[in-house]
Amino acid sequence: MSTNEIAGSANVIGSKKRLPPEVSILGVLIGIAIVFEILGWIFVGDSFLANKQRLSIIILQVSVIGIIAVGVTQVIITAGVDLSSGSVVGLAAMVAASLAQTSANPRAVYPSLTDMSPIWAILAGLGVGLLAGMVNGSLIARTKIPPFIATLGMMVSARGLAKWYTLGQPVALLDESFTWFGKSFNIMGFPLPLPVIVFLLVAVIFHIALGYTRYGKFTYAIGANPQAARVSGINIGGHLIKVYAIAGLLSGLAGVMTAARAASGQPGMGVAYELDAIAAAVIGGTSLSGGVGRITGTVIGTIILGVLTSGFTFLKVGAYYQEIIKGIIIVAAVIIDQHRQNKRKKA
Amino acid sequence: MQDTGTMEAAPAGGAAVDGGYLLEVENVRKEFPGVVALDNVQLRLKRGSVHALMGENGAGKSTLMKIVAGIYTPDSGSFKLRGEDIKLRGPLDALEHGIAMIHQELNLMAPMTVAENIWIRREPTSRFGFIDHGEMRRKTVALFKRLNIDIDPDIQVGTLSVASRQMVEIAKAVSYESDVLIMDEPTSALTEREVDHLFTIIRALREQGKGIIYITHKMNELFEIADECSVFRDGKYIATKASTEVTRDDIIHMMVGREITQMFPKEEVPIGDVVLSAKGLTLKGVFTDVSFDVRAGEILGIAGLVGSGRSNIAETIFGVTPADGGTIELFGKTVRIDSPATAMKHGMAFLTEDRKETGCFLLLDIQENTQMAVLQSGYVKNGFVQQKQLGTDSVEISQALRVKTPDMAEPIINLSGGNQQKVLIARWLLTRPKILILDEPTRGIDVGAKAEIHRLISKLAGQGVGVIMISSEMPEVLGMSDRIMVVHEGRVTGFLDRAEASQVKIMELASH
Ligand SMILES: Nc1ncnc2c1ncn2[C@@H]1O[C@H](COP(=O)(O)OP(=O)(O)OP(=O)(O)O)[C@@H](O)[C@H]1O
Ligand SMILES: [Mg+2]
Repeated sequence: MSTNEIAGSANVIGSKKRLPPEVSILGVLIGIAIVFEILGWIFVGDSFLANKQRLSIIILQVSVIGIIAVGVTQVIITAGVDLSSGSVVGLAAMVAASLAQTSANPRAVYPSLTDMSPIWAILAGLGVGLLAGMVNGSLIARTKIPPFIATLGMMVSARGLAKWYTLGQPVALLDESFTWFGKSFNIMGFPLPLPVIVFLLVAVIFHIALGYTRYGKFTYAIGANPQAARVSGINIGGHLIKVYAIAGLLSGLAGVMTAARAASGQPGMGVAYELDAIAAAVIGGTSLSGGVGRITGTVIGTIILGVLTSGFTFLKVGAYYQEIIKGIIIVAAVIIDQHRQNKRKKA
Repeated sequence: MQDTGTMEAAPAGGAAVDGGYLLEVENVRKEFPGVVALDNVQLRLKRGSVHALMGENGAGKSTLMKIVAGIYTPDSGSFKLRGEDIKLRGPLDALEHGIAMIHQELNLMAPMTVAENIWIRREPTSRFGFIDHGEMRRKTVALFKRLNIDIDPDIQVGTLSVASRQMVEIAKAVSYESDVLIMDEPTSALTEREVDHLFTIIRALREQGKGIIYITHKMNELFEIADECSVFRDGKYIATKASTEVTRDDIIHMMVGREITQMFPKEEVPIGDVVLSAKGLTLKGVFTDVSFDVRAGEILGIAGLVGSGRSNIAETIFGVTPADGGTIELFGKTVRIDSPATAMKHGMAFLTEDRKETGCFLLLDIQENTQMAVLQSGYVKNGFVQQKQLGTDSVEISQALRVKTPDMAEPIINLSGGNQQKVLIARWLLTRPKILILDEPTRGIDVGAKAEIHRLISKLAGQGVGVIMISSEMPEVLGMSDRIMVVHEGRVTGFLDRAEASQVKIMELASH
């Protein structure tokens, strides 16, 4: 639509160009990559970026976090939070793995359910996630307890369930048809792991869902002003259940991918993933107070986390230092981004 | 009118005689991305006077006042307070220099009490540094007594009506004892009685030699309270006049720079069947036994004092606060309306009174704000929003309502108050309602756009829409309604037909 049409008698100084908000965070990503590149030549004598293997590992490492972060972003846009993602990953990994064992395993969890089609393991993992998410959503919608508390409860209980499921034992010897989902494929000489493809697919689907569907519009509306959303006829409770269910489903998917890649299910899988996912969303410009956020930003935020981990390993920085610096960089990235956005707003 | 009396009582009012102004701003310029909000404007405020600012929605009045109150920094311009050049560093700095502002949108913290809101950041403390609630209460009582305000200092602000909150804002601003007091559309949510009350307060302040800047879209207030008046148009300064030397038409002409119809004459339209019938509606502690009918094509006005329960009745009909007792019939069928979603399914629309709390999605853009309600019922295919069609229709309706903005992708928070109101009206018109409930529909809207909105409401009625309209503005209620229902303390005290209705009769019923 032409700007002047609507402008009426406004003193319009020509239509303004709006840069998408991701541009500044993309700048941060590029900046970090360049710093590693330079440091690489100085300290290691090697290029950080010109290495297909490394680039592929960077995204592989974060693709599980990325899948979760896509769900968490939607939850945060509604002004909520999901602390249970990491535990749901663990539980879903256990359940999926238990249905994907080979009969070669004499101590299979379900000796009668071995050598099955991987479909069942995958569906079970997704189902567990969906169920956990629906419980989260229903608790929040029906009892009106804060999302922080509801999902904190789920975080503790789901982890407990994951341990109880096999009384703490790992679930090993998984069928190859299942572990196939954690494998890499060579696409035009570039090793592309399946989890990465799944991550990008999930990101594209929910980018479209948030931007172009009624589901997306209502998600933003609820985060921006719940009272106005209600008066506009939005069923807030029902919608929140959907959003948390989707977040749970994606955590379940992340759990399935984790089990497939590790070729086992372990009750400790996914510990603290929720924090990385929240960090990825927030670095990507999603506002914890709700109403603001985009999947593209989250994807960039996720990659930033991956580049940091990979870059430190490349530079042979000790693990303790890595964590310390990573924490600082997360906060710094958000500060820089907010500062720029404010400047643009005031201009 | 009372000017002569005031001048005698307040020698400070003659400050202009020695050429000294309380406040002088010259050549102020302020640009926002895409818009020149103020283009080298000026303003001179005398001591002991009330200076009205007039102009269409988006003319730059609030922006200029935010600059004076230290909230925005101007791009250029000079600023003199009591004859001295100053540069404000922020709103706190402005307060310390004796400039206080009542904002167009309410800014109180709902979960806190009235007293806490008023003395925030200035809480009286006891010897050990704890907040002295007793003292705070005493100070509030004293302040309210002086201003003749009857509100419990310990009540939570969230439970107060918009009008009472406005009175709290006024008391808070007065409590700063500032020399310059800015009031940005303080009366847009007040009924006549509170407006009179406010004017008494303003006159007392004027007598103490304070300078008051007063923004309003209500022409009669200009002549009743203002000594001088400055007019702005499209970010430009037009002129300053003494209110005794101008007429209503002069002002409007300066404001819009073209001829406009000031008051839209309501069309007579055929009245059809009953579309909505409330029978014995009750909401415990708020209103009791409210019964009325609305017919297709009819505009039912609801009048009453602040706190009479007018808005509550509307909220209950729309399902925001479902009724405890009584029934609602829509098109002849009894319906249980338990949420706004249900009400909308039956073709209702509800423009709420408080645009900040229950209206705008401040973080979202104009397009999203316009389309949010209609997405329930249309423009969606397989879950996907038909953005193109929706965009076209939204622009069309925004133009009809004269929303002033460079771009539909502009965040609504950047719009002027009146323009936000227009977007909210557009939101509900887009849903093509069969029953339209309007709570203060023209709140904060300028004269020209007001006539346009009245014309639209009248046209909708002509198409068979049943309209319920709550308004604190007498001329609006009297001019637009086919019938007027008067409410007093949660009870319906009478109905007046268009022909017999008059301000006096309404006031009689409203105060019983
Ligand atoms: N923060 C902002 N960012 C961008 N544009 C803005 C901002 N604040 C105001 N504007 C624009 O500046 C112009 C003047 O707005 P202002 O709020 O001063 O109008 P107003 O005269 O107070 O109108 P109203 O009578 O509707 O309250 C408008 O076009 C508005 O859209
Ligand atoms: Mg304004």
